[in-house]
Amino acid sequence: MGRYAARRLLQMIPIFIGTTLLIFLMVHILPGDPVRAIYGDKAPDPAQIAQIKREYGFDKPVLEQYVHYMWNLLQGDFGKNLAGRPVTELMAEAFPVTLRLTLLAITIEIIIGVGLGAWAGLRAGRAADTGVLVFTLTVISIPVFVLGFIARFIFADELGWLPPNVQDSTDFAQLFLPAFVLAMLSMAYVARLTRTTFAENLRADYMRTALAKGLPRRRIIGVHLLRNSLIPVVTFVGTDVGGFIGGAVITEGIFNIQGVGNLLYRAIQTSEGSTVTGVVTVLVLVILLINLLIDLLYAVLDPRIRYA
Amino acid sequence: MRGAKSAKWVAGAIVVALAATACGGGDNSAGDDMNKGKADPNGIVTAQLSEPQNPLQPANAKESQGSRVLRTIFAGLVDYEPGTGKLEYVNAESVTPNKDASEWTVKLKPGWKFHDGTPVTAKSYVDSWNWSANIKNNQTNSSWFADIVGFEDVHPEKGEPKSDKMSGLKVVDDNTFTVKLTQPVSYFAYKLGYDVWAPLPEAFFKDPKAFGEKPVGNGPYKFVSWEHNKLIKVRKFADYQGPNKAKNGGIDFKNYTTADAAYSDLRSDNVDWIEQVPTTALTSYKTDLGDRAIDQPYSAVQSIVPAFYTKQFKDIDPKVIQGLSMAIDRQTITKTVLQGTRTPADSYVAPGVLGYKKGALGDIVKFDPAQAKKLIQEGGGVPGNKIQIQYNADQDHKPWVDAVCNSIRKSTGVECTGDPKPTFQADLDARDNDQVKSMYRGGWVLDYPVNSNFMRDLYGSTAAGNTSGYSNKEFDKLSSEADKASSIDETVKLYQQAEQLLAKDMPAIPLWFYKVNSGQSKNILGKIEYGQDGDPIFDTIQVKQK
Repeated sequence: MGRYAARRLLQMIPIFIGTTLLIFLMVHILPGDPVRAIYGDKAPDPAQIAQIKREYGFDKPVLEQYVHYMWNLLQGDFGKNLAGRPVTELMAEAFPVTLRLTLLAITIEIIIGVGLGAWAGLRAGRAADTGVLVFTLTVISIPVFVLGFIARFIFADELGWLPPNVQDSTDFAQLFLPAFVLAMLSMAYVARLTRTTFAENLRADYMRTALAKGLPRRRIIGVHLLRNSLIPVVTFVGTDVGGFIGGAVITEGIFNIQGVGNLLYRAIQTSEGSTVTGVVTVLVLVILLINLLIDLLYAVLDPRIRYA
Repeated sequence: MRGAKSAKWVAGAIVVALAATACGGGDNSAGDDMNKGKADPNGIVTAQLSEPQNPLQPANAKESQGSRVLRTIFAGLVDYEPGTGKLEYVNAESVTPNKDASEWTVKLKPGWKFHDGTPVTAKSYVDSWNWSANIKNNQTNSSWFADIVGFEDVHPEKGEPKSDKMSGLKVVDDNTFTVKLTQPVSYFAYKLGYDVWAPLPEAFFKDPKAFGEKPVGNGPYKFVSWEHNKLIKVRKFADYQGPNKAKNGGIDFKNYTTADAAYSDLRSDNVDWIEQVPTTALTSYKTDLGDRAIDQPYSAVQSIVPAFYTKQFKDIDPKVIQGLSMAIDRQTITKTVLQGTRTPADSYVAPGVLGYKKGALGDIVKFDPAQAKKLIQEGGGVPGNKIQIQYNADQDHKPWVDAVCNSIRKSTGVECTGDPKPTFQADLDARDNDQVKSMYRGGWVLDYPVNSNFMRDLYGSTAAGNTSGYSNKEFDKLSSEADKASSIDETVKLYQQAEQLLAKDMPAIPLWFYKVNSGQSKNILGKIEYGQDGDPIFDTIQVKQK
């Protein structure tokens, strides 16, 4: 298993270089000159623009900029944005916020999703199962931004139960509504996935054996059935973590959360290359590591899986 | 049967949702009296802000967000009376020109202090301007100093600066300095109201970078803290000497990601002032907020500009452009498509600016399809019988561009389409590189309230704001004459003449003037006053005692 992990880590290097180069190139073909845009409708000063471009190295060829960027990156320097603030600082502000939101969303996703799925799976074909099916299909078919706006409109604007915006991202009570909205879609998928594997494994041989041994029902479901049914769910939740961190743009926008999604969105709007590349670089790393973690988790859940 | 059952369930859910919204809906409107109650001199105002693009240095704030904060921390030499554009002295005791307005003497009010206790002197201004103009320091607004003698020495077009001082600036004594200009500018004092001319304390020059994160000013508020992307705090400066002492205890500038989020917070009184009502709420905000809704004009204009470097407009007869202008039904479009957020333009100069003349453009901006058709025909028609209006699609321009096109198409038969660019940057790129195919959307907010700002800075042959390739020697001559005039009244009059010249030449088609559509919370006493740039005058806001 150690060798497997090491090999996976080594494989990350070319993937990492490939993705960052792609992103770097993509940012550079975004239309519009970010330096010129600082001036808006008003008079640009060519001498000033040339000076700023020189300072940021924008006057050099793209590949040279990339090599320079990677060299700095190896030393932990992510560069600075056009306001002169280090990108590491921007990320240090945004990542904890999104991490909190993501953790809360994942918790909600797992508790409700697995719970609902298990409940439906154990009653496959009965009314409860159909009810869960209808509910999850409804949730899946509503776009996130619609859900977000409706949730905020009803619970915050009209009923006044919850604050409409997140003022303090360390307050989990304020984060609850956005986290719930963020979790809704995946929660529905988790429920569907759990339900199917539960219903399937319920008829497996080892279940019959466990039942014949006279094990208590709680142990059969809690240990034998749940553990064996979790593999696809863990895979799904794992890939979701990366998705949440990068894809919270809509939820963060609606609920005024200054997280990664927002940072990325603003950076793309202003063609702020160094910020986009920096954030995506970190996201690439996070997603690669999480995928490795999931693969390693399989062995824990099912000892038959061995790594060469 | 199953289908019927679940349909009933869904219908039930809708009823519940409707009931939930209905019961909250009623009590959001006016209700309370915003003029009743007592003011709390230490009350804190919360206001919307987006993250400033640049560090908080006066010469670096090109965009409105940074300026909004800087204007509370710094007090300039002069300011303007809102509505009339009349000059008022703040930190200056007097700003007087010599005979031909080429050299100006600035006298400061004595005894002023920066927030760190150091005195505000003539040197604070001169050092600040020299530093800000220097190309090495990369201040986005440095070209504002271009009028001063010696600017090329600190800001050459190429290469290293020859000096770090402009020879046109001289300190006479602690409270007096003189400014020599390369040519007479009769309204130079008016320019001094812009943020870029603020003084800087000694501490700034030791570490400009740290200062940008934690500015020290001389204004009615002192800077307290800046949590990036979240909150900027300023508090009343007790020892402030100026005429605009703060009537509240301070301001918390809160960051919002969307106009919808800010509006939501305004309705629940979590923020006291927002920048702009979101498009989705424009039809309902007046009923939502009652008296607390704000609908007020400010000095900015939107126009469409022909690209004169194109084959289409190169040798066009101005009559054609006049005709296009008369084919646009401004009245209806501002009322319906723009939901009353703009007022039809009747001149090149926005109201509230010295020299604005009501109806200066006369019939050219009146909607008259018959006359429009006639003028276009007389002028030889639009080449290709087709125009395009370029705009940036990342902002809400599409609806009105479509409406304008529709109006032109219907009344003249000239084919008209929008030409969207994905971002503002891409839009600007096309304009700078002379790649606009036909016409583009232009907008202008005042820098200083003199009509020259809406003409010379946009349509002068060498003006940096002139990206259409328009050039008229007669206009250039008249505006330089106007700049050299002996008094500001004379200048304004000559520019009014120049405006008539533009009306004949049509370098752009003015569409409408902007309005602030905003709102205030129940915590505010009385109606918020506005400056001409569309921002509140923060020091006059009063907070209700709780």
